[in-house]
Amino acid sequence: MEHRPIRRHAARAHSHPFAARTFALLSALALAALLWLAAGAASAQVFDAREFTLDNELTVVVVENDRAPVATQLLMYKAGAMDEAPGKSGVAHVLEHMMFKGTREVGPGEFSALVSRHGGRDNAFTGHDYTGYFQTVAADRLEMVMRLEADRMRNLLLAPEHFEPELQVVLEERNQRVENEPAALLNEQAAPALYFNHPYGRPIIGWRHELSALTLPDLQAYYDAFYAPNNAVLVIVGDVEFAQVREWAMTYYGPIAPSEIAPRPGWREPPHLADRTVALRDERVRQPSWSLRKIAPSYGTDGAVPQVYALQILMDIVGGGPTSRLYRALVVEDALAVSAGGWYSANDRGPGTIGAYALPAEGRSLDEVEAAVRAVLQDVIENGVTEDEVARAVRRLQDSAATARDSLMGPAQVIARGLTIGLSLEEIETWPERIGAVTPDQVNEAARAVLGAQGEVTTRLLPAAETAALQTSEEPS
Amino acid sequence: MRPIALLRAPLLAALSVAFGALAVVAGPAGAVEVERVESDRGVVAWLVRDETVPVTAIEFTFEEAGAVLDPAGKPGVANMLSGLLDEGAGDLDSQAFQQRLNDRSISLSFSAGRTDFSGSLYTLNRYRDEAVDLLRLALHEARFDEEPVARIRRQIEAGIRREATDPGALASEALMKTLFADHPYGRPVEGTLESVGAITAADLKAFQAAGLTRDRLHIGVVGAIAPEALKPILDAVFADLPESGPRPDVPAVEIDGPGGVVVIDQPVPQSTVLFAQRGLPIDHPDYYAAMVLNHMLGGGSFESTLVQEIRVKRGLAYSVYSFLHPMEKAALLRGGLATENARVGESIDLVRRVFADFQQDGVAPEKIADAKTYITGSYPLRFTNTSAIAGQLVAMQRYGFGIDYIDRRNSYVEAVTEEQVNRLAAELLTPEALTLVVVGRPDGVAATLPTPDGVGG
Repeated sequence: MEHRPIRRHAARAHSHPFAARTFALLSALALAALLWLAAGAASAQVFDAREFTLDNELTVVVVENDRAPVATQLLMYKAGAMDEAPGKSGVAHVLEHMMFKGTREVGPGEFSALVSRHGGRDNAFTGHDYTGYFQTVAADRLEMVMRLEADRMRNLLLAPEHFEPELQVVLEERNQRVENEPAALLNEQAAPALYFNHPYGRPIIGWRHELSALTLPDLQAYYDAFYAPNNAVLVIVGDVEFAQVREWAMTYYGPIAPSEIAPRPGWREPPHLADRTVALRDERVRQPSWSLRKIAPSYGTDGAVPQVYALQILMDIVGGGPTSRLYRALVVEDALAVSAGGWYSANDRGPGTIGAYALPAEGRSLDEVEAAVRAVLQDVIENGVTEDEVARAVRRLQDSAATARDSLMGPAQVIARGLTIGLSLEEIETWPERIGAVTPDQVNEAARAVLGAQGEVTTRLLPAAETAALQTSEEPS
Repeated sequence: MRPIALLRAPLLAALSVAFGALAVVAGPAGAVEVERVESDRGVVAWLVRDETVPVTAIEFTFEEAGAVLDPAGKPGVANMLSGLLDEGAGDLDSQAFQQRLNDRSISLSFSAGRTDFSGSLYTLNRYRDEAVDLLRLALHEARFDEEPVARIRRQIEAGIRREATDPGALASEALMKTLFADHPYGRPVEGTLESVGAITAADLKAFQAAGLTRDRLHIGVVGAIAPEALKPILDAVFADLPESGPRPDVPAVEIDGPGGVVVIDQPVPQSTVLFAQRGLPIDHPDYYAAMVLNHMLGGGSFESTLVQEIRVKRGLAYSVYSFLHPMEKAALLRGGLATENARVGESIDLVRRVFADFQQDGVAPEKIADAKTYITGSYPLRFTNTSAIAGQLVAMQRYGFGIDYIDRRNSYVEAVTEEQVNRLAAELLTPEALTLVVVGRPDGVAATLPTPDGVGG
């Protein structure tokens, strides 16, 4: 299961001003959910996907779903923020923005305009591991967007007059996501503490000073290095026929010559021995929070090994939702916290992460919730989880796979992301079986080996010192 | 906790199409067949049979049982009730109830909005009987035990405290209070620290009995289920609800300003700006023209004028949008943006100028044509997810659109003319009447309106 942000639990307690209009918000919310999607949503023949590879090594996957006369195209490059040159943080994401600024054949902004004019929607996203571009259109417009997407894989025109304002847009995006959000600022500062060596320590959006100094040649260099059919995965989901998709893929993507992709550093973390604490005080903080984070195995670093599945089960039991051990102990039984949970992220090219968090209730301190979270984790490490807990978690995770086809973007995201981080389609499709094969002993062994490992980061988000003295007297000042 | 990914276009832009969602239309190609199912005891649901995924979704809304029905002086009861219906019912205490949901991967949730109270059930078909039983328990035998009541109260209070420094939440609260003052729409849906602290289990039960009644219920069902199988479910879950209950006293309001700017000081580098003016009610003959107009103004695509002028050309904001917000008794045209403090004045001037240009010069015919193509062409995109389809069915009933609405919807958009859009732009858009709220430390933007009492408090 992927870690979801802290706000997941908070959201259930206070409603958005438009909460009544559930119907109207669904698509937006579904999209939001998908972008934080657990590859956990994947199952045995979860998707019934079919795959082929073009001569230029572009991997293409097709999932047929004829519920509505609609299709989604997702093209994902196996390059993201972690592949940026030192000193150039943010370049992958700025390039993603500039991918909408035109090619020799398609004018600036014309890509989105065309999609929109044909009743479609498009967007793009950048992560540490990958960069993705997607459109959802009437199925009879799929050919058009395949042609357009293939065109900008090779023919992008980067012009200064579009770059200057777009860089300002991204700086505003950074303001909105990071500078205006104390919790996001803390996360950004905690990342370099968690990763001694791996570029995951750098923010996807870029450090402000590096982001604002980016140039068009920086973008061009990244584009030339990584945007190529042999460094991408194409997933088509919807009311389509496999043979037709293959024909269009050959027509539009087929002629693009592969590039030589320089070998990338095999980033590994050295042993983590020291414990680090990252604390941020900010006058805007009204709700303090505490978290514990460790690096962990992932699909990318360890492959589809049993321990990675065991950890998904472990953290579902320990921290997944309102019946998890952490929520029960801290929020229900002891009323220490308004929210508590844990997560495990396996879907990474680099190291995975495992962790837990708690938001203290009014009048409770971070030290109190920290002690309580540690007690729950220590109990799991020492005494393990029960067979019954494992059986329930396995069924729950497997059940989640049965609904994985209930959208178009969901399957596209899970498959593209899985392939990008190095899983095979077979490994993605057989996720439920692999979850089902995990034994309680493996879960407990994983708890000892990973949760019990040396070296961790704790984060503390606190109000500014003056008010903190009133609210959390036990905090070190 | 690395962010998974950054999006090129903000999700806010997608939210901004809020009522655009109603514009969804099945074109002939969409062929979604809606059946009206009436149970033996007279409970009505609209059903779409769909076997794509082995699940059933039941979405339902109790109209006018949202925050507008909160007792006088006690805002937040509807919201708190929505957090407690799934926290223990019948013989099951909170943890036992949640465990049953969790063990069967059943999603059951409730939410209270300003106007309506809604519920949502999503289950694999193999657990449908148990899911329906849990929903029935939640609606009829919720326990309101001391522990969950105290816990949900703590969580809501924590949320209210958090929002006291959240720019978006602050701006939204200030905007509604400025526009609506003492009107029910000016009250916070979540309540206040004082009011939430005072809500009792008796308040919750009284609200439930008064608000969750059959006469205000609209149900949408999607899944592999035959009408005959659905009927006993409808009876079991909904037939024994009270027949009717009191309606809230919400006077109709004509929004007419106040034009001007509220500034709320917050130590942030980027200001959040929200703006609003009069909109159109959802049953207005020009509503579809307003949808077309809003799409061109700031309605969620990169081609809108606000996005082009403020984001694409000048790089002033990552997020800028407008949307129609027709409530039962008042209709708004709303929008927002976020920009660094130094550029707030310039951005606000641009918003006013775009409104004025639309008002005075109208819109080029090809833009109107493009907007109509988008609104009609994107119809089927709404029908790719079980719960979303069920939500459409609820909305169609809630607003009296008729069971064949999906087949008719595109024709309403097609019928919108250039003259109609330009007339509407001239009549509706009034830049001088825009009410703006700025949260941040904007350079050179002076408040011309007072900060409403209690905002952020």
